[in-house]
Amino acid sequence: MADSNPPSRQDQLELVDGSRVAVIGGGPAGSFTSYFLLEMAERADLDIEVEIYEPRDFSCPAPGGCNMCGGIISETLVQNLAAEGINLPDTVVQRGIESYVLHMDVGMVRIETPVDEKRIAAVYRGAGPRDIQVRKWGSFDHHLEGLAEARGAKVTRGRVMEISMDNGRPSISVKGGEPQAYDLLVAAVGVNSPALKLFKELDFGYQPPETTKTFIREYFLGEEVIAEILGDSMHVFLLNIPRLEFAAIIPKGDYASVCLLGEAIDKDLVDAFLSSDEVRGCMPDDWAPDPRSCQCSPKIAVKGAIQPYGDRIVFVGDCGVTRLYKDGIGAAYKTAKACATTAVFEGVSEDAFRRHYAPILKTILRDNAIGKVTFSATKLVQMMPFARRAMLRMTQKEQSIPGRHKDISQVLWDMFTGSAAYMEIFTRAIHPRFLGRLSWELLAAVAPGKRSQP
Amino acid sequence: MRKQSIEKGALGKVYQDGEFITRQGDVGQVMYVVQQGKVEVLMEKEGHETLLRVAGEGEFLGEMAIFDHEVRSASLRAKGEVKVLTIDKKNFLKRIHIDPSLAFRIVQTMSQRVRELGDEVARLKG
Ligand SMILES: Cc1cc2nc3c(=O)[nH]c(=O)nc-3n(C[C@H](O)[C@H](O)[C@H](O)COP(=O)(O)OP(=O)(O)OC[C@H]3O[C@@H](n4cnc5c(N)ncnc54)[C@H](O)[C@@H]3O)c2cc1C
Repeated sequence: MADSNPPSRQDQLELVDGSRVAVIGGGPAGSFTSYFLLEMAERADLDIEVEIYEPRDFSCPAPGGCNMCGGIISETLVQNLAAEGINLPDTVVQRGIESYVLHMDVGMVRIETPVDEKRIAAVYRGAGPRDIQVRKWGSFDHHLEGLAEARGAKVTRGRVMEISMDNGRPSISVKGGEPQAYDLLVAAVGVNSPALKLFKELDFGYQPPETTKTFIREYFLGEEVIAEILGDSMHVFLLNIPRLEFAAIIPKGDYASVCLLGEAIDKDLVDAFLSSDEVRGCMPDDWAPDPRSCQCSPKIAVKGAIQPYGDRIVFVGDCGVTRLYKDGIGAAYKTAKACATTAVFEGVSEDAFRRHYAPILKTILRDNAIGKVTFSATKLVQMMPFARRAMLRMTQKEQSIPGRHKDISQVLWDMFTGSAAYMEIFTRAIHPRFLGRLSWELLAAVAPGKRSQP
Repeated sequence: MRKQSIEKGALGKVYQDGEFITRQGDVGQVMYVVQQGKVEVLMEKEGHETLLRVAGEGEFLGEMAIFDHEVRSASLRAKGEVKVLTIDKKNFLKRIHIDPSLAFRIVQTMSQRVRELGDEVARLKG
């Protein structure tokens, strides 16, 4: 006999006409998810409502409007977005990056882009540092939020304070507001939000990612000085400073962003980096670490979240799974896209997310495991002066001898830009030609008297 | 906010008026997205040029190279100063294996071109 009370289509774990989706967080992951949900829904002739909750006004300068990051949009992401029809305008891109300069105690080398073109963008996530005088460029996050809005997403300026599950449906409220029920809740709150606690309390097994503290500081130098001193190059430092994993100076329009990743970054580490000869050598002669324009110590995820999905709830971007130390915005795009495709075409059940969304997260996690090995190798180089000399010589030769295979240059380019998967970098680094040349340079560096061209 | 003229500092590569971006017969390993300005799509035969169309901002060009192994079927030339971003064939194909929907817009562009060609054939026959 037929069920006298069949579940309505709305009760089934899928999105149907009239379904409502709440996206908590309007950073890249939240805006990309909203954008792609609405785009996919339109393609599938589905009429859904998407509401983004975001307390920050990204058009404001200073930390209040900023999602704290180095602001490099990777080469792969720039291309993927262009293929999606999302082109980053000059009003948002402060600088197109065309080369990386590697600074070490044994010398420096410039690695030019393998293509004769600028495909890496340096942006500000908000409207700029605390002391900004003239606003010449707009915010990247504001731009993405605007794209989602133009697709039909509604933006509510508010911080979500309460989250609950009522009769299997997520319900959320902002401070002083009435609870609102939704058919799907997309969490895109990053790893710097107290809201992560609210999700843990929902008891479906979610555990936020493990994190570590990082450091960013902005210096005003002015457009002309930046062009003359730093140029369109990202400056990367491989220095033997304990606990320092990665350090970069990124030229923006009028400012330079100093970005440090490592273990328990504190004042001593920052001072040691800023006062190093290598940093002083690439900043203007009269430059001093103070006064600074703005600084922050955001967290970065070093492991993925546990159980980042359930019935009618899914985590995208940093609060779910992201790439280790690189291209976090690229990972936000990939997870957002996979989440939107799953929700529109496969449903919003835990099972649908496990079958169609989790594989994308697993690919990123597996690649991060290889990334850890790659970073350990970099650490070894950081500690051994002869290895630094060998790396420098091999790169210098590749960059200066026309027609020479760009073995180490490509590995370093991919490593610094975050463009390629760690697996790809690893595969290149174990190529016999690469290993042969590196071994030769290592020998030459250990016994510097006996150098000749390999 | 920044002025809208072509900035040397931002993304893509700038071509001057009349400069070729790619030539008919070249082997194509990339496709192009016009970021700013206009690009002429030309057929070149025995010293004669036929202008097929003029592409504007946001348009994909040379996308056939991504899917077939043929040489470029047309030349692309800057009409005024233009800025163009390239998309690598290899990376793009790798990505669409994971996310086939990334090819949607390009398929859309191609289907529109087929439609336009159909209209053109009908016009010539009629
Ligand atoms: C030092 C450092 C440098 C980095 N450099 C780069 C780089 O150069 N390139 C790159 O690609 N990635 C970089 N990353 C990583 C990048 O910042 C992240 O991967 C990216 O921001 C993730 O986007 P998201 O949307 O997941 O999270 P977020 O950008 O953190 O956005 C989360 C949003 O959620 C909102 N939110 C939080 N709580 C609530 C709430 N209760 N209610 C409503 N909204 C809420 C926040 O206001 C915020 O807007 C860097 C990270 C660090 C720490």
